[in-house]
Amino acid sequence: MSDRQRTGRSLLARSTPWLFLVVPLAFLVTFTYTPVLNMLFYSLTSWDGFGPDMEFVGQANYTELFTRPDLFQVFYVSLFYLASGVVQMVLALYFATVLSFNVRFRNFFKGVLFFPYLVNGVAIGFVFLYFFQPGGTLDSVLGLFGARDEHLWLGDPDLVNWSLASVSLWRYLGLNFVLFLGAIQSIPGEIYEAAELDGANRWHQVRHLILPGIRPVVSLSAILVVSGSLSAFEIPYIMTGGANGSTTFVIQTVKLAFQFNKVGLASAAAVVLLAIVLLATWIQRLLVPDEGVDLV
Amino acid sequence: MTRQVRGVGARSAVAGKYLSLVVASVLTLLPLAVVLMAALKTESESANNGPLSVPHNWFNLENFQIAFTQGHMLRAFGNTAFILVFSVTGTVLIGSMTAYAIDRFRFPFRRLTISLFLLASLVPGVTTQVATFQIINSFGMFNNRWSAIALYTGTDIVSIIIFLQFMRAIPISLDEAARIDGASPLRIYRTVILPLLRPAIATVVIVKGVVVYNDFYIPFLYMPSPELGVVSTSLFYFKGPYGAHWEIICAGAVLVIIPTLVVFLFLQRFIYNGFTRGATK
Repeated sequence: MSDRQRTGRSLLARSTPWLFLVVPLAFLVTFTYTPVLNMLFYSLTSWDGFGPDMEFVGQANYTELFTRPDLFQVFYVSLFYLASGVVQMVLALYFATVLSFNVRFRNFFKGVLFFPYLVNGVAIGFVFLYFFQPGGTLDSVLGLFGARDEHLWLGDPDLVNWSLASVSLWRYLGLNFVLFLGAIQSIPGEIYEAAELDGANRWHQVRHLILPGIRPVVSLSAILVVSGSLSAFEIPYIMTGGANGSTTFVIQTVKLAFQFNKVGLASAAAVVLLAIVLLATWIQRLLVPDEGVDLV
Repeated sequence: MTRQVRGVGARSAVAGKYLSLVVASVLTLLPLAVVLMAALKTESESANNGPLSVPHNWFNLENFQIAFTQGHMLRAFGNTAFILVFSVTGTVLIGSMTAYAIDRFRFPFRRLTISLFLLASLVPGVTTQVATFQIINSFGMFNNRWSAIALYTGTDIVSIIIFLQFMRAIPISLDEAARIDGASPLRIYRTVILPLLRPAIATVVIVKGVVVYNDFYIPFLYMPSPELGVVSTSLFYFKGPYGAHWEIICAGAVLVIIPTLVVFLFLQRFIYNGFTRGATK
């Protein structure tokens, strides 16, 4: 083998991993990193999204965002989704604990609780539009229990966000539940037996065995709840279009960018949203150090 | 005496457990059940009877027929299937190739590459759409099914992590044996690694398939033209003309839910496993 052949071969060997990585990296840079950088840049301009003039306005968009109460109120809306997310985690943990032990019709209950997560978001929107109609399902059911009033569940600004956040609860409970269930079942069964011999009741087991055992999953679902409540879009958009005070951050950003052509302002909003999500993730990592994922 | 008291306590605990499960199931199923009933009602039944009343004829499929034809559901299912096949295949290829390169090779900038993928997973897609839109537009992919395919295929960190987990379980000695037989890395990837990754592929297909079938945001933003309507957007636009005809809107919703229900009933176990693996590893 000549020297030339040898260097040729080792060059090929060295470039092999890159042959497999070139397409994934191209996608990664094109659809994740470039948008993030562009967005930071757009947020400092007054660009409308298509015209050639892109005037540099500095922090003006950010100032507008934080000083106009109508733009800022979307954070208040997020709190409803955050609250429903917390309830969702507690319920998911309860049902996961109950269903990881012997229960009759266990698979049926599992299936029922999880199924909503698989349902199309637009279909869910329509199902609940029908559900919340004045004189509709919810009012009829409440009527069976003696409450005869009809409510504008989606039309009343005091109720609309509770109604929408409860749809989120209905939709995502199953995912959390299945994650918790999987984690609980990966705890070896002998531990429970040992605990039972020591006289630990179910509550002790939850407190001292299950919770510590599934900590990584709980913290993962906490971060999903936070970022999910900030980026709520489908359900409120499909059901109310953001009317009656139900506009969320993403609905507002989409409207600013694609209806009012304020790409600069919308980008600033998106940067703020991204910063909050990253901050939340960072805080969560500080509180619960990552044990699970190691890629190296 | 104490034993008796404890017996009563235990029994009421069991009753409470079942009661909570039944209540949760009713709350989950009720909204779906009334929509199914509404879809089977005639126009006058729907207008005059409450939502909890049962349909007169349980086999009245007229509303489904209207929803299917007027909602262009055939086209919608076709578009969704097209996007689904390419996005899922793309995700499997990209994820497995990335995992193969990262797990089986040692090369300069390997750590940096890994961190780039990991860091990207922290950026929620919805936050960057304003700028992503400009990129798709500059490629001329706006109002084109390839925009959705490109964005779904993008880089799905969850699938990369799933593939990495499974890749580690495949003994390196298999690679080496193949290499001694003169197989190139590409051939090893194709004939040794990919077949052994089958369980991981099944997981990724399920998780990604659910996401793509149900997504509304990307088709809504990037493919507004009616001919490109997928299941989500077609159903969304369908509502407009039928404003108050709830029996027909409900039929449309049921049409979209049925395929999910069928797949779920057949693949239940795999679906649970898919989501547990997809998120926790």
